Amino acid sequence: MDRRLALAYRNRSGEIARRRLKFLLTADKTGFSPETLEMLREDICRAVSKYMDVDPGQIEMRVRNGLLPVLYAAIPIKGPFVRGTI
Amino acid sequence: MSEVIVITSGKGGVGKTTTSANIGTGLAILGKRTVMIDTDIGLRNLDVVMGLENRIVYNLVDVVEGNCRMKQALIRDKRYPNLYLLPSAQTRDKSAVNPEQMIKLIDDLQEEFDYILLDCPAGIEQGFKNAVAGAGRALVVTTPEVSAIRDADRIVGLLENGEMKSIHLIINRVRADMVRRGDMMSVDDVMDILAVPLLGAVPEDEAIVISTNQGEPLAGTDTPAGQAYLDICRRLLGEDVPLSLPNVSYGFFGRLAGLLRRA
Repeated sequence: MDRRLALAYRNRSGEIARRRLKFLLTADKTGFSPETLEMLREDICRAVSKYMDVDPGQIEMRVRNGLLPVLYAAIPIKGPFVRGTI
Repeated sequence: MSEVIVITSGKGGVGKTTTSANIGTGLAILGKRTVMIDTDIGLRNLDVVMGLENRIVYNLVDVVEGNCRMKQALIRDKRYPNLYLLPSAQTRDKSAVNPEQMIKLIDDLQEEFDYILLDCPAGIEQGFKNAVAGAGRALVVTTPEVSAIRDADRIVGLLENGEMKSIHLIINRVRADMVRRGDMMSVDDVMDILAVPLLGAVPEDEAIVISTNQGEPLAGTDTPAGQAYLDICRRLLGEDVPLSLPNVSYGFFGRLAGLLRRA
């Protein structure tokens, strides 16, 4: 049930704006085209999928400013979980 | 010595001028000698928002070109004893002034004022460069919209490259009802994306439209936006005013999604 509620929230326009922005700013900062970023995302997804169950649609990437720009990827995992650790 | 603050945004129409007018008014209410400078040459507006448009004789370009003395161009706001406006020129363009001239102009005001506020034009060209040249501190105004935040991010990058010492964010036109039902990015969302410390959030408030119609800034009045602006001014002075975010209560869905996002 929780998952379905979260899914409903993810489709609200505020959440769509947030996801679009993260993608857009990453594209702006790396100079990569959206297609290239999509390829990068798919490659990350493929690599992680060998070990864990992940939803490709939920991966978020972003570049943060700092001393050196850093690429972050947030990859929600569906499993496997070890019971009692999460 | 005064603190020199530029109010900028990148995108037009997010409320730079309204923010400048209200922060200027708020600082004056709090007893600080404040001058607001409209640096949008060719498209001046701060005079109108302040309701001082009928009192303009000389302008910023006149001062820079030596057509008048600084004192002749400064308009004193009779409603607040500490508040002055240096209006922009309407019949010239951005190239009428360069960054060195702006720095000199600001230097000439340092003695007289505690705070010098620079209302920056939209865009990242000459006008932006002029406005940020003499500033030690920047307030980046944005709204919770994709286009405004994208431009704000670009501006933050430019300010950081230009070694601006202090950069803060003001999130304007937040609608708590829309955030609650998930149809507007929350203050937290915007802060998370831009990674710049927040100075304040201003709720969408129809009192702003009325205040602009009348040419009377509403900082300090008993309205949601008026209080938000006064809080922002107190924080500028270093007071520890808790953020009364108009939209921290995301509701159940928002909190849940937040948990999932952070997990």
